[in-house]
Amino acid sequence: MNYRAEINVMPLKALLDPQGKAVAKSLKNLELPEISDVRIGKHITLNLEAENEEEAKEKVETACKKLLANPIMEYYEYEIYDD
Amino acid sequence: MKFGVVVFPGSNCDHDMIYVLKKIFNQEVVPLWHKDRDLQNCEFIFLPGGFSYGDYLRSGAIARFSPIMEEVIKFANNGGFVIGICNGFQILCEAHLLPGALLHNDNHKFICRNSYIIPQTKQSITTSSLDQDQPLKIPIAHGEGKYFAKDDVVKKLNDNEQVLFRYCDKYGKITPESNPNGSVENIAGVCNEQRNVIGMMPHPERAADENLQNVDGKVIFESVFKEIENRVISR
Repeated sequence: MNYRAEINVMPLKALLDPQGKAVAKSLKNLELPEISDVRIGKHITLNLEAENEEEAKEKVETACKKLLANPIMEYYEYEIYDD
Repeated sequence: MKFGVVVFPGSNCDHDMIYVLKKIFNQEVVPLWHKDRDLQNCEFIFLPGGFSYGDYLRSGAIARFSPIMEEVIKFANNGGFVIGICNGFQILCEAHLLPGALLHNDNHKFICRNSYIIPQTKQSITTSSLDQDQPLKIPIAHGEGKYFAKDDVVKKLNDNEQVLFRYCDKYGKITPESNPNGSVENIAGVCNEQRNVIGMMPHPERAADENLQNVDGKVIFESVFKEIENRVISR
C-alpha cells in the first residue's frame, strides 16, 4: 500500500522562536495587531510503502524520532493518508 | 599522534584546521572523507566548522548519519578523542555524543566577530593548561550557536565540570551582555561525561597564526598536545 505522510515539526513551545518573533513584528506593520504568538516550523511530506496504516505510522514515527525532529528543541505531529 | 579532520560536503574550516595542525604545530594530519568508513588509524579526530550538507533540516542533523560518523561514534564510544568546532559541535550534539543542542541565535542573525571566552575547569584536554583568569579572544561565526539544554542537564554539566568555556567580556567577566547568541549560562563549550568528546562554538583554529594578528587560540591546541604527551608517557 502507498501512504503519504504530512508531518509538522515545530519549535518547542517553551523555547524562543526568533523567526516567529520577527514575523510577528512584521505583521504588526500590516496593522493586524490581533495576531500574536507566531511560530515557524517545518512542514514535511513524504510517500512510503507499508503493509497497513499501523506499519506506516511506525515508520514515520521512526523517521521523526531519528532524523526529522530533534526532541531537545522540537516536537512533531503527523497525519497519514492512504493514497 | 595522527590527527584526522573529517571533511563533509559544505565543511569550510577543514583546511584551516589541517593548516594549523600541520604548519603551525607540525603534527601528522589527514583529511577523512565523509563517505569513507576508514579512520586511517587516526588517534584524534576533529570535526571542523562549516555548513555540512548545507545545514539542511537542522545544522549537523544529516552529517550525523554519514558513513564516517558511524565510525567516529564508535571511536568516541571506545574512548577516542573527538573535538567538534562550531558545525562540528552541532554534529556531536545531533549524534548524542554531547548533551544539549544548538539553536538559532537569539537575534536571528549570523554572527561573525571576535568573542571572549574564559576557561571554566582544568579537567579537560583543551583547558588543562589554561589560566582560568585569562580570557581568550576567539572568533565566532555562526547562525545557530545558542547552546541549550534542559535545567537538569545544565545542572549536571555544572556539577561534573563539563562546561569548558563560557562567553565573557574582555576582562573575563561573565555577563549577559557578553553572551553573543543567548546560550544558556553563557556556555561556549562542553565535554561529555567521559571527557573524551569536546564541542565548542568559537574557532581556535582561526586564531593560531601570527599572520592573523591573534594567536589566543594557540594555547588551546598546546593544552591538547601537552595533555596527550603526558598521557602517552604515563601509559
